[in-house]
Amino acid sequence: MSARRKLSLGERLVIAAPYLWIGAFFLAPMLLIAKISVSQSVLARPPYRPIFEPSDSLAAIWAKAQTFTFDAYRALVSDTLYLESYLYSLTIAAVSTLITLIIAYPFALAMARAPERLRPLLIGLAAAPFWTSFLIRVYAWIALLKDEGLINNALMALGLITAPLQMFATTGAVVVGIVYSYLPFMLLPLYAVLERQDPSLREAAADLGASPAQVFLRVTLPLSREGVVAGALLVFIPAVGEFVIPDLLGGSETLMIGRTLWNDFFSNHDWPAASAAAIVLVAVLMIPLLLWERARLADEGGA
Amino acid sequence: MSAPLLSIKSVSKKFGAVVALEEVSLDVGAGEFFALLGPSGCGKTTLMRCIAGFESPDAGTIALSGVDLSGVPPNRRPVNMMFQSYALFPHLNVFENIAFGLRRQGETRDAIDARVNELLAMTQLSVFGHRRIAELSGGQKQRVALARALAPRPKMLLLDEPLGALDRKLREETQFQLKEIQRRTQTSFVIVTHDQDEALALADRIAVMRAGRVEQVAGPMEIYDRPATRFVAGFVGETNFIEGRLDRNGAAALITEFGRIPCEPGNLPDGAQATLSVRPERIGVARDGEGIVGFVEDFVFRGETTLLRVRVASNIVLRAAASHGERHAIGDSVRLSFPPGAGALLAEER
Repeated sequence: MSARRKLSLGERLVIAAPYLWIGAFFLAPMLLIAKISVSQSVLARPPYRPIFEPSDSLAAIWAKAQTFTFDAYRALVSDTLYLESYLYSLTIAAVSTLITLIIAYPFALAMARAPERLRPLLIGLAAAPFWTSFLIRVYAWIALLKDEGLINNALMALGLITAPLQMFATTGAVVVGIVYSYLPFMLLPLYAVLERQDPSLREAAADLGASPAQVFLRVTLPLSREGVVAGALLVFIPAVGEFVIPDLLGGSETLMIGRTLWNDFFSNHDWPAASAAAIVLVAVLMIPLLLWERARLADEGGA
Repeated sequence: MSAPLLSIKSVSKKFGAVVALEEVSLDVGAGEFFALLGPSGCGKTTLMRCIAGFESPDAGTIALSGVDLSGVPPNRRPVNMMFQSYALFPHLNVFENIAFGLRRQGETRDAIDARVNELLAMTQLSVFGHRRIAELSGGQKQRVALARALAPRPKMLLLDEPLGALDRKLREETQFQLKEIQRRTQTSFVIVTHDQDEALALADRIAVMRAGRVEQVAGPMEIYDRPATRFVAGFVGETNFIEGRLDRNGAAALITEFGRIPCEPGNLPDGAQATLSVRPERIGVARDGEGIVGFVEDFVFRGETTLLRVRVASNIVLRAAASHGERHAIGDSVRLSFPPGAGALLAEER
C-alpha cells in the first residue's frame, strides 16, 4: 500500500456509518446478553443481579463484577435438555436445509434458463409469499396438516386411508414448515449464480464430450457453489434458532433451542440461563462460518 | 478432391423471421485449413454452430466422413470447437481444462497425463499447468483454449474468431503458431473470421459469406485476384470498381468514360454492361508515356507504396498504388496503365 491519503470528515462518517449501525444494534445487544448470561438469577424485576447503575463508582462496579458467575453455562452442560435441544435444532435445520436445496435447485435452474422476458415474472412469483404475513402462512399449514385438515379429509374422501394420518404436531410438520417458509431464501441466491453462468461453458463441456448429466455435475453444479453456500446459510442459520414454526407446527417432543430459550425466559424467568443458551448458539453458528470463510480466503489468495 | 471430410449440402436456417443461412453448400477436405469469412451477421457463426451441433439446420445435411450428423448431439461429434470467449472452466486449473475432453473419453490416467503434457509443450504452457484460469493473460488463455480443443484429437477443429481478442502484434505471432500447429497435427481447421487479412494469411481455402449465402469458395490468391462478385471484391482487400460496356472485338476491353481498359471477358456477351474490379497495386502509375491521363487529388504514404487518389473523369476517382521512391504532389498529372489481366470482370449483381 502506498502512503495513505488523509480522509475528509465526510468520508470518515460514511465509512463509520455501517460500523455504528452494527455496533448499536448488534454488538451492544450482544454485550447486554453476554452480561446477563454471567449474572445471577434472582426472584426480582429484572430477574438477575448485579445491575449496574450510571451513578456507580468504579469501586462499586468492580465489586458488582466480582459477583459474575458461569453457573448458567455449567447448567447448559449439566442439563441434557440443552444439549438435546441444540442437537435437535441443528439436525432439523440441516435436514430442512438439504430438502430446501434439493427442491430449490431445479426451480432456480428452470428460472435461470427461462426466456429472459419471463424471468422478472418468475422472480416475482418466487417472492410472492412474502406479501402475506409469515404467521398466517404457518397457520395455514395447520389447516392443511391437522387430523381433520384438508389433506386428511381429501385422502379419506378418496378412500386411500381410513383413519387420519398424524401429521400435525410432528417433527415432519416442523420440517415442512421450515422448508416452505425458507424456500425463497434458497431459491434467490441459487438463481442469481445460475443466471450469471456463461452458457458457452456448458456448450464447451458438451463439445468436449460431456453428456448432459456430466455437464451438470462437472460445470453447472461446481460453478454454483457460491449460491449453494449462500442459500444454505440463509436457511440454516435462522432455522436453527426458529421459534414460531416449531411452536405452531411441532408437538411436545419438538424441543428446538428457540423454544427452550423461550421457556427459560418467559416461563422460568431464568434470564441468565436463556442468555447463556443464546450466546452458545451464536458461537456454535459463528465459529464454523468464520473457519469456512478463512479457508475460502486462504484458498483464493494462496493457490 | 477425394471424398471430403466435411460435406455441407443445401443447409438453411432461420431464427424467427431472420434468415441466418440459405442453401449453403460446402466441402472441407481432411487436413485442410478452411476459413469462413464475412461481415458480422453473415451467418458464418451459425454455420459453425450447426457443424458443432449447437444449432440444427432447418433443411439440408451436414456429414462428416460420410456420416450424417443430424440428430447427433455435440458431445457425440468428433468435432471440437474453440470458443470466441474461450469458455475456459474457471473452477479448473490449466491442466484440468485441457484434460476435460480426455477424461470424458475415459482414457487412462497415464495416457491423459502424457497427452496434456504434450499439448502444454506444444502451446508453450508447460510451466502453467497448475495455474488458475483467472491468473492467465489473454494470449495464454487463447493457447489453453486451443490446447483444450485439440486434446481429444478431433477430426475437425472449429475456431470462432480465435485471434479476435488479441492485440495486433500478438495476433500476427499467433497466426504463425496456429498454422504450424495445424500442419503438425494434420487436423482440419475451420476458422470463422470477419478479418480478411486473417483469412488470407491462414487459410488454404476461403468461403466468403454474405447474408446467409456463400458468395465464393476459392483459395486466397483466387479470392483476391479473381473475386466472383462485387461483394467479395469489396470485402477482401481494397479495390476500384470501374463501370463500362464490354467490347469483345479483337482484344477484349471495357469501354469506360475515360478510355479502353483491357480485360478478360469471360462468358459475358459483347456489349454487356459490366463492372471491372481492379486492385490499386495492379494499376501502373507513370509521369508520362502511354496510358489514361489523370490528376492526383490526394495521396497517403503507406511505407512500401503510396496510395494515390487519381481523378480520371469529372465524376470518377481511382485509387492507384505508386511504388516506393516515386514522389507525387497534389495536382500532378499522371498516366495510369492497366496491364492485361489486372482486373476481374464481375457478374452483374443479383
